[in-house]
Amino acid sequence: MKIIACIKQVPDSEAKVKAEGGQVSWGDAPLVINPFDEYAVEGALQQKEAAGGTVTALCIGPESAKEALKHALAMGADEAILVSDPALNDLDTVGAAKVLAAAIQKLGGADMVIFGRQTLDNGAGLTPPQTARLLGYPMLGLAGSIKVEGSAVTVERVLEEGRQIMKANLPAVLSVVQSIGEPRYPSFMGIRKASKATIPVWSLADLGISTPAAVVTRSELITPPTNTREVEMITGESPAEIAEKLADKIIAEKVL
Amino acid sequence: MKTFVYIDHFKGDVQPASWEALGLAKSFGTAVALVFGAGVDDVAKAAVEFGADEVLVADDASLKDYRAETYASTLSALASSHSPNLILLPSTARTRELAAMAAVDLNTGVLTDLVGLEANGDSFVATRPIYEGKLMEKTVCAGKPVMATIRGRAFPKPERAAGKSGTITKVAAAGEAKSSVEGYSASESAVNLGDAGVIVSGGRGVSNNPSLTPPAGLDEKQAEIWRAQQGFALVTELAQLLGGAVGASRAAVDGGYIPYSHQVGQTGKVVAPDLYIACGISGAIQHLVGMRNAKVIVAVNKDADAPIFKQARYGVVGDLFQILPALTEALKKKLGK
Repeated sequence: MKIIACIKQVPDSEAKVKAEGGQVSWGDAPLVINPFDEYAVEGALQQKEAAGGTVTALCIGPESAKEALKHALAMGADEAILVSDPALNDLDTVGAAKVLAAAIQKLGGADMVIFGRQTLDNGAGLTPPQTARLLGYPMLGLAGSIKVEGSAVTVERVLEEGRQIMKANLPAVLSVVQSIGEPRYPSFMGIRKASKATIPVWSLADLGISTPAAVVTRSELITPPTNTREVEMITGESPAEIAEKLADKIIAEKVL
Repeated sequence: MKTFVYIDHFKGDVQPASWEALGLAKSFGTAVALVFGAGVDDVAKAAVEFGADEVLVADDASLKDYRAETYASTLSALASSHSPNLILLPSTARTRELAAMAAVDLNTGVLTDLVGLEANGDSFVATRPIYEGKLMEKTVCAGKPVMATIRGRAFPKPERAAGKSGTITKVAAAGEAKSSVEGYSASESAVNLGDAGVIVSGGRGVSNNPSLTPPAGLDEKQAEIWRAQQGFALVTELAQLLGGAVGASRAAVDGGYIPYSHQVGQTGKVVAPDLYIACGISGAIQHLVGMRNAKVIVAVNKDADAPIFKQARYGVVGDLFQILPALTEALKKKLGK
């Protein structure tokens, strides 16, 4: 089974992200593999363990994004590919999907392409279904579990209304959620292997496509006002007294 | 100005943000509601009552269960033949896929998870949170039609005019399904956190009641889960009294106390209810990004130094097993329920 895990590099969740001169700045906070994409790599490795095959980690980003790919390699991915090109700085989600679809085709397609649910930065979650649409693969989104039998894949989708069990023929595009299982920590051997790995870098010319024009663009960046209100601690002699005071406060807020 | 509004429903139960999208569309001009499925007359009628100027209904056996491919093809075909300026969808698990795919077909883009949308001539400027809500961006779509998904509770819900009649037109389904729906798992109940006005959430602390004696024969882990379930019963009782939903921190989900669909935070749901009551949740950043936009946050925690208190409007340092039942009792009395 040939599995491709698509990943992205993003600023760490703890980073103090702010707007500076119309650009997003995260100071010297580290860049990490998108936390949702760790589940994608984990899901891919689980499927490789169940059915054999290879896991390829695929990423669009600057040279520094190789660190995110190395994390995937250290977790156990067999190979990694970076698509990097100065022309790719202003990709929108469809543009990213076009580049990923071209890279997947250059890899000769796949049985399964696995994404995280969304990225931490843009958070739109559009790229996985858009990649599926461009490749003509079925889309099985928000999978909490994956089971492959022969040429078919069955997933449990985690929806607002409960779990939906969906089945499709391979090849397919999947996005996964946390229920897939806790991402494994890179092993010592894995980290050593990853540090020595050569990661091929493909340009748009290598993919044989022109720069996708962005349809969706940002016109302004806003720093939301910070929470400056002080917490009001409710105290009392007994739980009943505290509850009484708190209930009055809540009712006075007129939110019920 | 003509806007398509996609009415998202699950077996006939409409996601309320669909009506909010309809209200927003009306503020721009003509609102044409789209209803897809099999046997969806009631949903179409409701769309008329919530103010749709016209409803296009694709009622077809092939659309019985939502599948991204067929729903997207049907939407794309309708957009091509009717040329709306804007397509609005509520932001749900289904519509993300559907909008994403239709945007590929129509060679346009999607503005997702909007909390603001302004018409500017025949273009639109959208406001949406990025970087887990640490920043907001204004964003525009150069393609036609503009597609946008709106966050639940970000726009006002229109009044329903019961019994109102309007034009309902049947239209054809399109596209070929690439997957089959094998069924639904009953193991998890429906949780609609995105739409809840009140959320009462539990964290690791709900398993922390030493005065409870678990039934004999449970191992340590089972006993912990049993304890947590007693704690979540208190959380649920308060949520039900207030007509709200039950949320959870990642620690509670990872601990096996409650299904993932209840999780609020970075890898769960981002919510913005009017009232959020956090019980036994310490307030890791991954949880805070999911709930800090709630209007009023109340935190109950044993640890006075818990970071959750920095986000809260009201805080109680205490034992949630004593405070919660007392709060439920006090609110029941004061609200006359």
